[in-house]
Amino acid sequence: MSAGITKNAELNPTPSSTDEFIKGLWRENPVFVQVLGMCPVLAVSNTAVNALAMGLATAFVLLMSNVLVASLRNFIPKQVRIASFILIIATFVTIVDYAIQAISVDLHKNLGAFISLIVVNCLILSRAEAFASKNTIGKSIMDALGMGLGFVFALFCLGAVRELLGNGTLFDIEVFPGSFQEWIIMILPAGGFFTLALWLLLFNFFKTKKVQA
Amino acid sequence: MNTEAYWSIFINASLVNNFVLAYFLGICPFLGVSGKMETATKMGAAVTFVMLISSICAYGIHALLVAINAPFLQLISYIVVIASTVQLVEMFIKKMSPTLFRALGIFLPLITTNCAILGLALFQTSKAYSFSQSLVYASGAGIGFTLALILMAGIREQLEFAEVPNVVKGTALTLLVAGILSLTFMGFSGLG
Repeated sequence: MSAGITKNAELNPTPSSTDEFIKGLWRENPVFVQVLGMCPVLAVSNTAVNALAMGLATAFVLLMSNVLVASLRNFIPKQVRIASFILIIATFVTIVDYAIQAISVDLHKNLGAFISLIVVNCLILSRAEAFASKNTIGKSIMDALGMGLGFVFALFCLGAVRELLGNGTLFDIEVFPGSFQEWIIMILPAGGFFTLALWLLLFNFFKTKKVQA
Repeated sequence: MNTEAYWSIFINASLVNNFVLAYFLGICPFLGVSGKMETATKMGAAVTFVMLISSICAYGIHALLVAINAPFLQLISYIVVIASTVQLVEMFIKKMSPTLFRALGIFLPLITTNCAILGLALFQTSKAYSFSQSLVYASGAGIGFTLALILMAGIREQLEFAEVPNVVKGTALTLLVAGILSLTFMGFSGLG
């Protein structure tokens, strides 16, 4: 599949919108390849539900801020662009924060300060700076959707493994029989570091294998 | 009003609930500038300084926002204050020590997006700390961050000489070390 994309990019110097979408999912996955936005990835990935909620909230903020940054890109002076991007992002994060509080108080309590901390997620600022401020609204939407879904996917990978091993459940449904001894360490902070390290190892392993082949 | 004792706040922020190893705040600079001991120390000092200033500002802003009854502006005003503080520190370091300025590179402006600083401002507000308690909390958090960064830099300097399989090199190895450090810090959890 990736060979097809490179060929496409060679033939066509301006990549198509589908390519903008697909690159975020795999080739430039924000967590596994670019290692961006680590704090929420590690902190709230102790259960699959938390991880999904956090991923979706971040994806929404990313989408909305990319749209607004792309549509205002000709009006924002270059010197104050970072400050303006952060203000735009902070506005949408405030909206998400209040929305989650309205939907589920428990979820809001579980995610805690990490919803507000979406503001300082380097992933969102880096997409605004590196992509949305230079591209059309349509392309920025595709880019945000791809990166957002890639982020959700990565968070889910971590959350699922940690909940499965640390609690013996997935989405609160028991998977392992009752005699399963939970690996408490997986839901503790250290488990977050270890799980992410293992996923990165897996990614590196396949990458080096592909280069050798 | 929170009546927690000063020493307990300090130990809690620096060791028991270390911002990096227990709360996962400030992971980007933790992974990014922990390669060399010297840079790590100075980065820690810069972050601690920004933390103290923004803690003072956050206390003032919170009081003001409560007075005008506009809590929804909290996040936006905090981030603006932090961004301007970082800008100030950047200009100061550029003037005082151009070498350090180059060594810190992109990670200096990125202190703005360091979640440890915004996290500190949000936590001190939600815990309703008084002015002096906030200052103690900020210095504890800053020292804890610096400690984690220095420990990591020390280990990574040694790892330079170790033979490591190619697959593990880079971020994965750093994360494994961070996991072990985090386990070690769990030993403090009875203290607070």
